[in-house]
This record gives sequence, C-alpha cells and structure tokens, in this order.
Amino acid sequence: MCGLLLAGNCFAADERAIIVGSKNFTEGIVLGEIIRLIAASTGATVVHRQALGGTRLVFNALVSGEIDIYAEYTGTLTHEIFAQNKPASNAELRDLLAESGLVMSQPLGFRDNFALGMREPVAERLNIRRISDLRAHPDLVFRFGTEFTERGDGWPGLRSHYGLPQQDVLGVEHDLAYRGLAAGDVDLTDLYTTDAEIAYYSLRTLEDDLGYFPPYEALLLYRAELAQERPEVFAAILGMQGLIDEAQMIAMNSRVKLDGVQEALVAADFLNESLGIEVVAKSSSRIERFWRYTRQHIALVAISLCAAILIAVPLGIAAARWRRLGHVILGVVGIAQTIPALALLVFMIPLFGIGAGPAIIALFIYSLLPIVRNTYTGLTTIPTPLLESAEALGLPSGARLRLVEAPLAAVSILGGIKTAAVINIGAATLGALIGAGGYGQPILAGIRLDDVGLILEGAVPAAGLAIMVQLLFEWCERAIVPRGLRVSTRT
Amino acid sequence: MLELNQVSKSYSGVCALERCDLSIASGQTTVLIGPSGCGKSTILRLIIGLQMPDEGSIHFGGQRLEPARLSDLRQRMGYVIQDGGLFPHLSARDNAALMARHLGWSDERIATRINELAELTHFPTDALDRYPLQLSGGQQQRISLIRALMLDPEVLLLDEPLGALDPMIRRDLQADLREIFTSLGKTVLMVTHDLGEAAFFGDTIVLLRDGEIVQQGAMKQLLREPADDFVRRFIQAQRSPLEAMETNR
Repeated sequence: MCGLLLAGNCFAADERAIIVGSKNFTEGIVLGEIIRLIAASTGATVVHRQALGGTRLVFNALVSGEIDIYAEYTGTLTHEIFAQNKPASNAELRDLLAESGLVMSQPLGFRDNFALGMREPVAERLNIRRISDLRAHPDLVFRFGTEFTERGDGWPGLRSHYGLPQQDVLGVEHDLAYRGLAAGDVDLTDLYTTDAEIAYYSLRTLEDDLGYFPPYEALLLYRAELAQERPEVFAAILGMQGLIDEAQMIAMNSRVKLDGVQEALVAADFLNESLGIEVVAKSSSRIERFWRYTRQHIALVAISLCAAILIAVPLGIAAARWRRLGHVILGVVGIAQTIPALALLVFMIPLFGIGAGPAIIALFIYSLLPIVRNTYTGLTTIPTPLLESAEALGLPSGARLRLVEAPLAAVSILGGIKTAAVINIGAATLGALIGAGGYGQPILAGIRLDDVGLILEGAVPAAGLAIMVQLLFEWCERAIVPRGLRVSTRT
Repeated sequence: MLELNQVSKSYSGVCALERCDLSIASGQTTVLIGPSGCGKSTILRLIIGLQMPDEGSIHFGGQRLEPARLSDLRQRMGYVIQDGGLFPHLSARDNAALMARHLGWSDERIATRINELAELTHFPTDALDRYPLQLSGGQQQRISLIRALMLDPEVLLLDEPLGALDPMIRRDLQADLREIFTSLGKTVLMVTHDLGEAAFFGDTIVLLRDGEIVQQGAMKQLLREPADDFVRRFIQAQRSPLEAMETNR
C-alpha cells in the first residue's frame, strides 16, 4: 500500500523530480513525452502527469507549482488565459506570465490553429469553402469539443464575429465529434490544424476569411525558478525550440491516433531522428499497464475507504447515541452524497490540487454516507428489550456497545461498507480526470484515441474488481457476523 | 430490603405511578398484580434503574438508588423479562456468562456456576452451546433466569416471566420456579396479570390500579376482605370460566 503512494508522490530525496504536465489531447501528451525524454536524457528525475485536464486546470497546476512545464499555444494564452488583459504583443504576454513566475519559450516551430472542418463531399455539395459561407446554411449540425464551446476564443466569439445563425450547436468530447462527423450525424466540428483526422476523414478546413482565429504558435511554458535551479536540464529541453514543423507534428499525431503507437515511442523516435538523442522509451505491455492501473486503483479505493470506515463508524455511533446530533450528522453527510462524483472531484482541485490526494479525499467524502447511515440504522433498530437487558445486567455503556450493540448491528454496518466500496470502485475511475491514475486512465485514453480495446482495458478490470470486492465482503460477513444471527429458528 | 417512598412517575404526561409507598420484605416473594397500565411494570423498571422516578426515592439495602450507583446496585439484582431478552448473537452459555466475564471471573468459576444453575433450573447442559433462536420458549426463560442468577443477586425482579409461554410449559416452569425461589430464599419481586399465578407464588400480593396500590396482603386476605369493589371485581373477573360453568349448572 505504501509503495503505491510512493509511486505517485515521492522520489529520490536529494533531487526534486521535474514534473511535466500535459492537457488531455494527443498532441499535448506527445510534446509532454518529448520534454520528459529530453530531461531524462540529462539524468534528471522526471515524471509526466499525462492528460491532466483542460487548459485552465493545467495552467493553474503550473502556477501553483504542481507541475513545472507543459506545452501551450500563443493564441490560447492571449485569448483564453489572459483574455481579460488582452496582451497586444509577446512582450506584454511575457510580463503577464512573469507576474506568476512563469516563462514562455521560443516557438517550437509549428502552429496548431483552430479551424472549422466539414467532410469534403458535404462541403462540396453545399459549396462551402469559407466560414462566411456557413451563414447560408442555418440547419447544419455543429458539434464542438467541450473546451471550444466555452472558451473566449471559441464558438461564442466566432458566432458573433461571423454572425452565424446555426442553432443545433453542442459541446461533446472532441474525439466523439470526429466520429459523429464520420457517421454523418454531425456536419461541422472544430479542428486543430495538426490533427491527424483531417487527412484520415478527408475533411475540408474552411478558410477563416474574416480573420477570426488568432495564430496558435506552440511553445513551452515553465516555472522560472526551476529553470534557474536546473539550468542544464532546461538548456536541453529548450533544444526543442524551432525543431518541430507542422508536417512532423501531424505525422506524430497520426502515428498515435491512427496507428495506435504509444506516445512515448513516437516521442523517442522523433528525438532519435531529429536531435540524435539516443533514448529508449519503454513500451509498456498490457500486463504492465494492467498492474500499474490496478495498484493505483486499489490504492485510491483502499485508502479512501479505510479512512471513511475510521471516521464514519464512530459518526454513526454518535448519531445513534445523541439523536439530535444524529440529525445534523446524517444531514451533512447526506448533502455531501448528493454532489455528483465528477463535481466533487473538480471542487477538490482548488483546495488540494491535482493527483491521487484530492481524488482520495473526494472518494472518502463519497463513502461516508452509506457507512454512517447503516451504522446508525443498525444501532437504532436493535429491539429495546435487548438494549434494556444489557443495561439491567449492569454493563457500563462502553461494554454494552462492544459486547451487545456493535455485534447486533454488524450486518448492517458491513452492508454499508460494502455499498461504499462498490460505489467507490466506480467513482475512482473518474479520478483519472485529475491525474490520479487508476482504471479511469485507459478509459479516458481510449475515448481520446477512439480505441475500444483501451476502454475495455479499464472498464473490464473495474467491473471485475467490484465483483471481487463484493465476494470478499460476503466472505467477511461469514467471518464477522456472529453465528447466532445466522442460525435458522427451530420452528 | 427495597423501599419506595412517595414515588411518582409519568410518561409524556400520563401518570404511571402516583405517590407510591411500598416496602418489599427480604427473603419473600412479592407479586405485583393489576390490569394493564396499572404501573406494575413501572415499579420494576424504576427499581432496576431503566427509568428514574419523577418524585420520591427508592432505597435498596439502605442505599438510595442514584445514577452513579446504578451499575453496582444492578449487579446485586437479577432481571428477567417476558421474552427473555436474550442476546441472539451469543450462545446460551455466553449470554449467562456475559456480566461475570466482564467482571473478570475465571473461565473455571464461570463454568462451575453455570453448571450449578443449569441443574437448579433444569436446563439441559447439552443445550448450553445453542443460540437463543435454537431454544424453545421455556428453555429461553430458563437461560434468562440463569443469567439473572449468575452473580448470586440479593433480589430477583421478574416482569411477566411466563407470559409468553404456552400453558403446559408454563405449568412446568411455574413449579420449577417456586422450587427455586424456596431453595434459594431470595427476595423476589414478580409482576403478573394472572391471579392464579400470583396466588401460586406470592407470599404477599400487591394489587395496583391506575398507578396506585389498592390493596396489599396475603392472597387469602384479598379473597376474604377485598378493600373495595374494584378488588372484588378484579378477583371475580379472573375466576376460571370453567369454574363459572360448574357453579351455574
């Protein structure tokens, strides 16, 4: 158990690990892997926290120091992150970043602009070449990546800039939008110009004739302090500047998304070819990944559940003993339970950051109610004659709880713990959204890469684990629940 | 042995016991009888401390019953209720041994005491390791009695101990109980609503109505000199219907 925690958080004591982050899309992860491999080649300890989430989350993680470096785009900085400040030049942007202790590198060499794309035959039939042409077709179905629908430089600005009339516009997971496009359910989506899918699905990118989209120069964003502490590592990393052109980036994206090659391998090949850095990226086998995810997942569930048991059982006992306090306790944990698991995870980010810690706290909160409620119910439904008999014997209240009340409530308490464990195993898959790892990671990656095999790599073991835990508890029940409560009556 | 002085108790406004004075003689069996809700069970519950009197005081062996002393005083009383109140998760033996074990008795001492009491109460030794749900109603009450007698208390409080048993088993247990009371010479306070049972056990009968003692004395006295019309009617109502048929013929 301890080792599991260590794997996520602690490293060699003398030298702090460099933590690379990435947003949850393929290109970001490939660039993150390139950064990781370069830094590792200098002998530094590096961790890549992959696919942490959207722009805001990853940028905030950088500001708070939970990650040290990630790949970003100029257009995102000027139009999304600093949309309020409207920096007019790169110099102004650098000043704004410096206020947060951040530095941006020189461009990496390629642009990954936003664009709108339609399937070639559809665009041809409707004669749409430019974004302004869309005004004549108000019935088209638009599906955008979730971020694009909400970002300042996304759909809201685009719609008013061009005066677009379409009503059927929704945000979906971006990779699902591509699939909708391929299936013909969707007419148009947002694209990144380096997306491998443009060629794959033979999409037409519409000309931005009114000049709405800003340029999105890829670059690195990092913490100034770390660059000063570890100049040799950063000198090596900054060797990426100007090195990657658009064709190379598209090729790398394509190898990951269309050929199913792991990001680490693609990054390693690139470094061998362009920088001549001899790196060997380990390609993890399915078995290795399975064990890694299993360890992480079990750690998330076990730690949060154990903590919940330690807190919730005494809370349930207190609630049963002091009824008025009990109403308060049950009310509060009840409210915590009504928060959707996803929202609870997101609430944890500003308080506890990203990674396994906040996920465990969220899961802990989520596990409280079933255990508190069942402990309370188990204790309050013990027949009065039994409670009074124990009292009349002269047993003090602590002994009554230990010898009589707890064993009689054992079935109910154990049932609560079982419910909490099963809920927890499911909810823990969402932990991957904030970088906690576990079975959610292959599920998210599978959605991103449109790879059902990868989704099953997470979904099947998660279901299997839930079943195993169920069996484990049934076995526990036999061991823990007193035999006298299981015997059948004579008559 | 037990003294109630001007004890009153009411439950959510309804008076269960009204300025009750009662003195229980040592080494005798006293039976509390009366219609449902007359306050007879309340007296037992006040003595064992499951409830505190609103007014008045209760003394046990010269000591006043107070929350701080309850745990000690309860160890000097045995309490048996109608359904036995046995803990279903413990075997018959463990039910009986629970308090003794808590007090740190040795296993040997506990085993000896249980065997002694099983013999006294005619409880089959081979059934000691069964769970309450596996015992008959009569056996459950015998184990409940063993549990109550475990620490050799000075007083036995029995709240309708035979009320849930069918007539044949009830008759057997009645006989056994009286034998036990006589042989142990303990102070016994028993609640029943059955006049025959009261006559069978009681050295002294205490008849209650609406939280007040109506008459107190030997059974013969109640029959010969009923204190008022209520006592007369109470006794009349409980005469066996069979007996009534005999006389009417």
